[in-house]
Amino acid sequence: MGSADNKKNSGNKFMQWFGSTSDTNLLLTITIVVFFIMYIGAIAFQGQGFLKPQTFFNILNANAALIITSCGMSIVMICGGIDISVGGVVALVSMSCAVYLDFHGGSIAGAIGIALLIGLAFGLVQGFLVAYLDIQPFIVTLAGMFFARGMTTIVHTAPFNVENEAFVKLKDTRVVVPGFGSVNKLGNYVNAYVEIGVIVALLVVIILFVTLRWTKLGRSFYAVGGNSQSALMLGINVKRTRFLSHLICGLLAGVAGFVYFMHVGSGSASHAMGMEMNAIASSIIGGTMLTGGVGNIIGTLFGVLSLATIQNIVSSAGIDQAWWTGITIAAMLCLFLVIQSVVMAKKKKLLTK
Amino acid sequence: MSKGKGTFNKQLLIPIAALVALALFNLIKDPSFFKIALGENSAGDPVLSGYLITILDYGSELAILAIGMTLVTAASGGQDISVGAAIAIAGSVILRVLCGTNSRPEELQAPVIVAFLVACLVAMLFGAFNGILVAYFKIQPMVATLILFTAGRSIAAWINNNELPIISEPSFGYYGGYIPGVPIPTPFFIAMICVVVIMLVLKFTTLGLYTQAVGINGSSSRLNGINPQFIKFLTFVILGLCVAVAGLIKVSRLSTINYSVIAKDIEMDAILAVALGGNSLSGGKFNMTASILGAYVIQFLTTTLYKMNVQSDALSAYKAVVVIILVVLSTPIVRKKLSQLGAMILPKKKEA
Repeated sequence: MGSADNKKNSGNKFMQWFGSTSDTNLLLTITIVVFFIMYIGAIAFQGQGFLKPQTFFNILNANAALIITSCGMSIVMICGGIDISVGGVVALVSMSCAVYLDFHGGSIAGAIGIALLIGLAFGLVQGFLVAYLDIQPFIVTLAGMFFARGMTTIVHTAPFNVENEAFVKLKDTRVVVPGFGSVNKLGNYVNAYVEIGVIVALLVVIILFVTLRWTKLGRSFYAVGGNSQSALMLGINVKRTRFLSHLICGLLAGVAGFVYFMHVGSGSASHAMGMEMNAIASSIIGGTMLTGGVGNIIGTLFGVLSLATIQNIVSSAGIDQAWWTGITIAAMLCLFLVIQSVVMAKKKKLLTK
Repeated sequence: MSKGKGTFNKQLLIPIAALVALALFNLIKDPSFFKIALGENSAGDPVLSGYLITILDYGSELAILAIGMTLVTAASGGQDISVGAAIAIAGSVILRVLCGTNSRPEELQAPVIVAFLVACLVAMLFGAFNGILVAYFKIQPMVATLILFTAGRSIAAWINNNELPIISEPSFGYYGGYIPGVPIPTPFFIAMICVVVIMLVLKFTTLGLYTQAVGINGSSSRLNGINPQFIKFLTFVILGLCVAVAGLIKVSRLSTINYSVIAKDIEMDAILAVALGGNSLSGGKFNMTASILGAYVIQFLTTTLYKMNVQSDALSAYKAVVVIILVVLSTPIVRKKLSQLGAMILPKKKEA
């Protein structure tokens, strides 16, 4: 009897917590819990590969660019918009940088400048059209995506590897993570490493997390996304906030473009195909709602990690048929969307009771 | 009545203006664009050829999709971005039924109509899946359809075990090509049948009215006795039907399928057709005629760009510029500025 009482009590406590916690924290908790369950499941069922820290760092290495674009996407989504041009911008940046470095003898600094400029230009134009001309963000960034993809082939058609010495050196730079190395089959100790891109990505995550949490601008993103009418009445410059969200997203897409470029070291029109969809999916899995006003950068980070882990599980399970990746990601997205929807509906009921 | 007609014409103005602009551009650039010749195809049947015929031919799938997309947009205030992937699924189903287990059949294993009906059923099921997510789970349409967008082509490949069935039977090619003896491409007829059907449905049923009511204000339409969830669900199922028809045309054109390329980017074109038709992309009132016209205008643009030897990969950059110009011109703020500017210029001319 006592245990039943206890259960009931803890159930009540859970409901209390469930009702009182903010939407952002609730969805974030779900994401983190699911990620850990998935990763532990992977270790349990897929064997030792996932136990090695380097497996985890490889996930980070391969997805540094996606983390950065997803962070930008989250900001836009929190502000109530969407940006589907990011994949195109990443492809355009890597192609432009590749052409600049190899055909025009450019320097690394120049390439970084080009990347930032392209991102900034996309952010500026799209932000202006969305915020000040009041055009739907979906249409504007759709055109942006078309434009970026088309421009990539106009800049250069054939894919090629960059051979610029300074760049190759930068590309192969590895940052050793102390204490996470492992002993390989020959008995040698191998250091765990991450690429420079990962450090950039983590910096972006930290900066954006601080911005969203403790600055006026960050709070106004939430306010505008939650209810732009009341944000306006609070004296927030709604148009400028929207403009800035797209500007930040564009700029981050430029940064992500360079990070992606550093990872793959080549230019190709088919780079980052579908990255916008992965970024949106990561944001949603990370608990950002497309209706705006709800979201968290840490959640987005875990969203990317969850997505990448699922991909890793699928490929290491020996199901090499390419279509399974698409289907599993979609299934996962579906699951999270339904969870979000059900949880939100339940919570609404709880609050109105 | 006359007032209603006024708004009707105003909305048609955007696609017509775009069409006229494109036509003028082609007329100046190269008048042979408008030449239509009666020739013979490889089978020796008379066929019409020319850029205009190409537009009518290849614009058909887009027009059919635009019908469904308009309804979805009007009811749910969002767009279905999975139509391209869903076409791949529908096409894959058609080929699977026609080929049976053999991927290179000598003769069809089932009548085309059976395959088509199965594809309709499957496409409508996927439409229903999207519809349930949007209507009952209240997920934003773009995100809900993102699921199928990601998985669709994979599912299509999986249906045929990733094989590429090829159908050698010539009669299967009629739906995407020419019926012997008829010089006009069949897809155009199929599109026209769809257009007539949807016009009759809109005229004689309350579908159009209910859709607009739900799109304008879901809760007030519910208070008026309409079931907004069901209407939203229904529009997605109708779009599924449109997808199946478009899928039939697409696979019939090639008599085979390429999962990653078939109907690529068509979702973007279909959404643009709706936008070009002057319909609000956030739902509410819609004009079906304008959307269908918009679809053909998009195809007109594509064909014009192809004729100017624009690479198919680079096509999208030009399209994007055109679309942005059109959308910017149609925003209320710019329109107001333009009319102010017009008012400023015109009196000056009078003074002069």
